[in-house]
Amino acid sequence: RMHQCFLGVEISELGSHEARVFECIPVEGLLQSELMKLPFGKIGFTKAMSNKWIRVDKTSEGGPLIFRSVQTIVDQVREKLLNVLNGKDAELEEKEKSELKKRRLLSEVTVKSYWITKGSSFSTTITKQETELTPEMIVSGNWKDNKFKPYNFEAMGVPLDCGHLHPLMKVRTQFRQIFLEMGFTEMPTNNFIESSFWNFDSLFQPQQHPARDQHDTFFLSDPALTLDFPQDYLQRVKKVHTEGGFGSQGYKYEWKVEEAQKNILRTHTTAVSARMLYKLAQQKFTPVKYFSIDRVFRNETLDATHLAEFHQIEGVVADYDLTLGDLMGVLHQFFTKLGITKLRFKPAYNPYTEPSMEVFSYHEGLEKWVEVGNSGVFRPEMLLPMGLPEDVSVIAWGLSLERPTMIKYGINNIRELVGHKVNLQMVYDGPICRLDT
Amino acid sequence: MPTVGVKRDLLFKALGRSYTDEEFDELCFQFGLELDEITSEKELISKEQNDSKAAGASDVILYKIDVPANRYDLLCLEGLVRGLQVFKNKLEAPRYVRVSPVSGQPQKLIITKETAAVRPYAVAAVLRDITFTQERYDSFIELQEKLHQNICRKRSIVAIGTHDLDTTSGPFTYTAKPPSEICFQPLNQTKEFTATELMSLYRTDSHLKHYLHIIEDKPVYPVIYDSNGIVLSMPPIINGDHTKISLKTKNVFIECTATDLTKAKVVLDTLVTMFSQYSSQPNLKHVFISSSPHSESTETVAQLLTRMCLLSKLTGVGDQIEVEIPPTRSDIIHACDIVEDAAIAYGFNNITRTTPRSYTVATQFPLNKLTELLRQDVAAAGFTEVLTFALCSKEDVGDKLGKKISETGAAHISNPKTAEFQVARTTLLPGLLKTIAANKKMPLPLKLFEISDVVLKDKSKGVYVGARNSRRFCAVYYNKSPGFEVIHGLMDRTMQLLGVKPLRGEGYHIQAAEDSIFFPGRCAEIFVDGKSVGRLGVLHPNVVTRFELTMPCSALEMDIEPFL
Repeated sequence: RMHQCFLGVEISELGSHEARVFECIPVEGLLQSELMKLPFGKIGFTKAMSNKWIRVDKTSEGGPLIFRSVQTIVDQVREKLLNVLNGKDAELEEKEKSELKKRRLLSEVTVKSYWITKGSSFSTTITKQETELTPEMIVSGNWKDNKFKPYNFEAMGVPLDCGHLHPLMKVRTQFRQIFLEMGFTEMPTNNFIESSFWNFDSLFQPQQHPARDQHDTFFLSDPALTLDFPQDYLQRVKKVHTEGGFGSQGYKYEWKVEEAQKNILRTHTTAVSARMLYKLAQQKFTPVKYFSIDRVFRNETLDATHLAEFHQIEGVVADYDLTLGDLMGVLHQFFTKLGITKLRFKPAYNPYTEPSMEVFSYHEGLEKWVEVGNSGVFRPEMLLPMGLPEDVSVIAWGLSLERPTMIKYGINNIRELVGHKVNLQMVYDGPICRLDT
Repeated sequence: MPTVGVKRDLLFKALGRSYTDEEFDELCFQFGLELDEITSEKELISKEQNDSKAAGASDVILYKIDVPANRYDLLCLEGLVRGLQVFKNKLEAPRYVRVSPVSGQPQKLIITKETAAVRPYAVAAVLRDITFTQERYDSFIELQEKLHQNICRKRSIVAIGTHDLDTTSGPFTYTAKPPSEICFQPLNQTKEFTATELMSLYRTDSHLKHYLHIIEDKPVYPVIYDSNGIVLSMPPIINGDHTKISLKTKNVFIECTATDLTKAKVVLDTLVTMFSQYSSQPNLKHVFISSSPHSESTETVAQLLTRMCLLSKLTGVGDQIEVEIPPTRSDIIHACDIVEDAAIAYGFNNITRTTPRSYTVATQFPLNKLTELLRQDVAAAGFTEVLTFALCSKEDVGDKLGKKISETGAAHISNPKTAEFQVARTTLLPGLLKTIAANKKMPLPLKLFEISDVVLKDKSKGVYVGARNSRRFCAVYYNKSPGFEVIHGLMDRTMQLLGVKPLRGEGYHIQAAEDSIFFPGRCAEIFVDGKSVGRLGVLHPNVVTRFELTMPCSALEMDIEPFL
């Protein structure tokens, strides 16, 4: 329904501004300056000009003069407003309506009306719907007399204030479980700082190897050196690097004890495996299975999937006459517990294992073979100087903890998983870790 | 792993057949190579620079193949092809034999004692009667570059120089002289320079400037002369222009100067054997005798090894095989290397799976077992586990906590790339506070914990490396109010879980303490059986602000090793 505004009321009585302008112009014309003094002058002038009811002679002396340019006019605006006043507002076109609304002569008011009838629960007294059972209701039994508001099952429940475990640690727990189920004993890896001797030399990794460079390894300035080593063993290690022996030709370079003494942040937990195998060799040999899952450090370039610190998973089996077939068998058992049954092995190279195999599994989603780990048989140059019996073979394999975690939890940037920039919401929302589904 | 780029079509031509990308990938898998990338020169330039610079470049398909780090014989097209052809029984394993020159004596390289001060060793060889095409020439140069980058450790251990033998005459002398006394016209220059001038000249050369440091500060520089006093090269920097090789060169004199004789020999052997196919025959190395390591018959094993370029035959004594190791295989130093090659030829995936027979019962590492049990129950108490970095800046464990770094007992890294890797952490607290700072949008309160290792210097006997790890439990509560009672409650609950009673003496108790980390009057030390195991309290506002936080915060950190 249309209402006339106050201004609209005035116009319907007296006529629109432009009509009144037209009316007040005499035959000899009216000075524009005079017209502007009138209350309806400004707006009326503009409108009358656009309606072409008047014209201006700018050349006359004394200032611009306004003249009528038509004989008669029809005051459309006033007529329309009068229509509205008389209830004939349905006759107004949209264009005219918005024109008048723009000039604030009309306002549109929406009036809604409803039909109301009595419903089935109509009553003249008021009753309230209960939301919950209370102790009083239960005890008194008057829950029977109450109406209960229905639950909205589309909404979520209240988010609980609970604690959470970190996804990487959840995956670690599962891997630890797998090793224990397979009879593997956990190695003591609580030493981030290691000497180059145990980390590299005892593993038959030569001293000029690129991995021992400043840009791949973190060296310590304090404490800088380890001076205490089992001396007989150190001499045998020196010999096998320089001249060979134990069936080997050696690397034929000058092995320096100063290099071996340098402390580093361990680059792999294989350093601990070396310590454990040496310890094992000092007593009567019994077959062992060892594992570890702990932090290692690399001084390399960082990117979305690489950090300076990450966790390595390592498994080691030492027994008489172990073969490559045994290594593959153990790997199959291990990966089956991760739900991976299709494996392929590819020849690879590690300084301390020979043969070495990269382990590939078939990814159904990506429809291709992806690398899931590295493995090998430790070289005799590593085992024999320790004093292990000649017919004992040691097989080992490793993989990173971060990679399967990122795949399992759908994380693309490693910084959202490890370190202080962790995405806490992801930690709150992460599901339990089931590695074999 | 080193990468070799070869033109695919040249490779297939040399292999005698074409492969689809999948077929070639499979061949690589069996042999132990990786087809890393299929690209073209144009694509490479586009990627590294931009499309306009790539406009004129070649579209020819390139295979980028990763080869094992110890296989210098696979670093060029020639070596790859030879290895693969023999593997696929398309070619007989080559035998390399040293040949004498048709007329006259073999060439001599005389090494003088002056070289001992700077670059003591040198080896040399001659490739006779060779025919270069543009591709072979490019491959020859490329192989030298690859060897320089890998085994030569960027020319510092070994440097290669190749010369047109017909432009010069032996015997050759390898000596060392003060830089001002060395004067020659280097490669691609039109006038002579002294060595001192060359050092300045090459300081701005994008390629050579990286090698100057190897000899720059030495009193004498290495130099090789021919019998007429012409300079062949000044290793490891640059060769002389006089003896440069071209497509027309027929006889190549190769010299390798080095600080490691073994590596020099490997480099020389590689160059010579790789390109000998374009001339006549090269030389032989030693012989291994090993027993057959497989359940396969000795004949089969001999055949398998021969497919890997390790010519083998039965000695007739038991199941012994005599294996000839060619000079291309410097990676073979023990019988186990031969075993691997036999396995590769057999096919790793053809080997039958078996299981180790021994029965073992597992034991958990006690400290880890305790940690696993504890973290479950701390999470059950309503705290969220985080995993923070073991390396941090000096400020993180020093100034920011109001402590002097020298008094923290921190282990220092000597070659950190950034300040974030200066020390190994001595407390878990900074990591937890940084986690809060990075997660400010999360609803309050934030209740975080971590049970993990810190590193402390330790000079005691038995701590061989001079530092040890210490397993700590640390928790923080961050909210509009400090929540000391919550942290205290968590500590009480932890003691309960560890089976320690709230009893002065045999159990635990806390008493007021002072610590720059905590607000005065709101810090307590935890004692178990009379010994301090940690502290808890309301963090000092200075600490809160230094870690870019704004709310009150309480924290607890204790050592859990005493509870084993």
